[in-house]
Amino acid sequence: MLIIQELLFVIAFGIAVYLFYRKARQIRQNILLGRDVQLNDEPAARWRNVLLLAFGQKKMFRNPLVAVLHFFVYAGFIIINVEILEIILDGILGKHRLFSPLLGGLYPVLIGCFEILAALVLVGCAIFLIRRNIVKVKRLYQHELDGWPRSDANYILITEIVLMLLFLTMNTADQALQQHGHEHYMATGAFWVTGPFVSLFSGLSDGTLIAIERTCWWLHILGILAFLNYLPYSKHLHIILAFPNAYYADLRPKGKMENMPAVQKEVQLMLQPELAADTPAGDIPKFGAKDVPDLTWKNLLDAYSCTECGRCTAACPANITGKKLSPRKIMMDTRDRAEAIGAQIAKTGSFTEDGKTLLRDYITEEELRACTSCNACVQECPVSINPLHIILQLRRHLVMEESSAPQEWNMMFSNIENNMAPWKMSPDDRDKWAVEMNG
Amino acid sequence: MQIKTMAEYAASGETPEILFWVGCAGSFDQRAQKITKAFATILDKVGVRFAILGKEESCTGDPARRAGNEFIFQMMAQNNIAVLNGYEVKKIVTACPHCFNTLRNEYPEMGGHYEVIHHTTYLQQLIDEGKIRMKEGGTFKGRKITYHDSCYLGRANDIYEAPRKVLEALDAELVEMKRCRSNGLCCGAGGAQMFKEEEKGATRINFERGREAVETGAGVIASNCPFCMTMLTDGVKEQGKEDSVQVLDIAELVAQQIS
Repeated sequence: MLIIQELLFVIAFGIAVYLFYRKARQIRQNILLGRDVQLNDEPAARWRNVLLLAFGQKKMFRNPLVAVLHFFVYAGFIIINVEILEIILDGILGKHRLFSPLLGGLYPVLIGCFEILAALVLVGCAIFLIRRNIVKVKRLYQHELDGWPRSDANYILITEIVLMLLFLTMNTADQALQQHGHEHYMATGAFWVTGPFVSLFSGLSDGTLIAIERTCWWLHILGILAFLNYLPYSKHLHIILAFPNAYYADLRPKGKMENMPAVQKEVQLMLQPELAADTPAGDIPKFGAKDVPDLTWKNLLDAYSCTECGRCTAACPANITGKKLSPRKIMMDTRDRAEAIGAQIAKTGSFTEDGKTLLRDYITEEELRACTSCNACVQECPVSINPLHIILQLRRHLVMEESSAPQEWNMMFSNIENNMAPWKMSPDDRDKWAVEMNG
Repeated sequence: MQIKTMAEYAASGETPEILFWVGCAGSFDQRAQKITKAFATILDKVGVRFAILGKEESCTGDPARRAGNEFIFQMMAQNNIAVLNGYEVKKIVTACPHCFNTLRNEYPEMGGHYEVIHHTTYLQQLIDEGKIRMKEGGTFKGRKITYHDSCYLGRANDIYEAPRKVLEALDAELVEMKRCRSNGLCCGAGGAQMFKEEEKGATRINFERGREAVETGAGVIASNCPFCMTMLTDGVKEQGKEDSVQVLDIAELVAQQIS
């Protein structure tokens, strides 16, 4: 009996890890669809960001109450992994509570801590469900979440609650069996959270208790393995990608826009034609971004790291005042488009034009035009995403590849070109104020 | 007062301490010209030897770049860098956070390396060094002032404290809006929005910010950017408060108080 359980576990575990590996590899390929950028300078500052922003969740604490709840769920998730390690080893080796004899008196303390965390995760997730579905916090209920994104969020929270309940029920049944003196269930002492509930189970027979304990054990670990494979399809992927995304976050002042060396060179040749002789004519580059492969791999890593929390959108001045722009939607669209291209490549081996592009088919001009480049979205994002960088690249495509700009912008461009100022003013009047002061 | 250009300094073989980068708004916009004049007056009073580029100054290219037109940006930037490097400019002070951001963060990789300071930081330095002294019992003593963080000084460059320190030196009561510092709400002008109509929405961004600023009960909204100035002035008007709430640049506040 035990050997069959071991075998089944090893098979389930192997399948889960393999499936996850396969999907993770595909996401990596999708992210690498983006153009290359070097983001490896200043490793010390980058590791600092990983510690502060990812491990420390620094930005979450801009709203302390939510941050504490989220921290419980996060810490619970990370720390309970130690318990999952024991469960996995038990499963492979056919043992029960492998760590108990090794840790002795420390073991119930450790499990007690896990149980407290599990209870906190439970409470946290319940409150999050209430915020989403009953209180209907605006950023968690905006229309870009209609359909799958809203269900996704609820599935994650419900799954976590169920997993925690299974874990706690398993421990309760285990302790009841210990009290009955069942030889396989060695005495560990009472656990902190479930200890008081053991009396509820004490009237049950050993057979029933073992059935409960085993069912919970299996559902819990299978649930975790299933959840692992759900991650790549879900916004919940942020629990992994938040870490590399913090590492690769832009370290320069947020106001700095990415330079375009190709344009710089072209303008240089125009202003100083004498340099042209030494410069070989290069390929005509594409300006800005029209589709996912024109973006950088960091933009795409951003898209896969997004957990759709909407802090960006809640801070966006355009969105606050009712414009169509939502930085969260920019990220969701980018991920959807990367997924669509990735799926085509997986199917046919290469990407051919499918008549769609990120620009227009996913993100409209109206959204892009509404951005004030205020960096509020970049500032707010707890997982170091930069929606503004995508917006500005799409704008560059619109203006430089399609000459698509509002009439007022075209006037502004020609004013700058002709009068060296965005308004129709004579360059001769630039120092008029000084002449007036000089009297 | 005699405001000299870099060309005039160069002709007399002298070097000014700083270049005052005026910017397009500061040069042409009637309201912003007052900020320019106020700042020039302060520099003159303190005795800072400063120059302007005069007719040799051009748009930094910021609005063109943010609208997506890199060509116009590169033309402006390369011309400006040639002029600045020609005069061997070392230190630039500007009263426009957009010019500040572009000169400080975007010109270096194109060969323009300068120490660039926003005028609010420069004013704070002058106050700290004791070069600016305020009048006793000045006009703003005890009056409520609220400060609007411009995006390009605040989030874009993480400068939040210098302007506030200048306001503290006025002995005014600084009241913060709900959305301030890194949470500050944009005025609606950045990203080249200044030069076009807003997209369709429920309200205008500057109305939203104007409402928030007026709600603080402050009699003065202090700004640090000529574009925020335009936007907030309209926002206050929309609230019907133009008679009781003034929008003033930090340089104008200091100019009124300097002894």
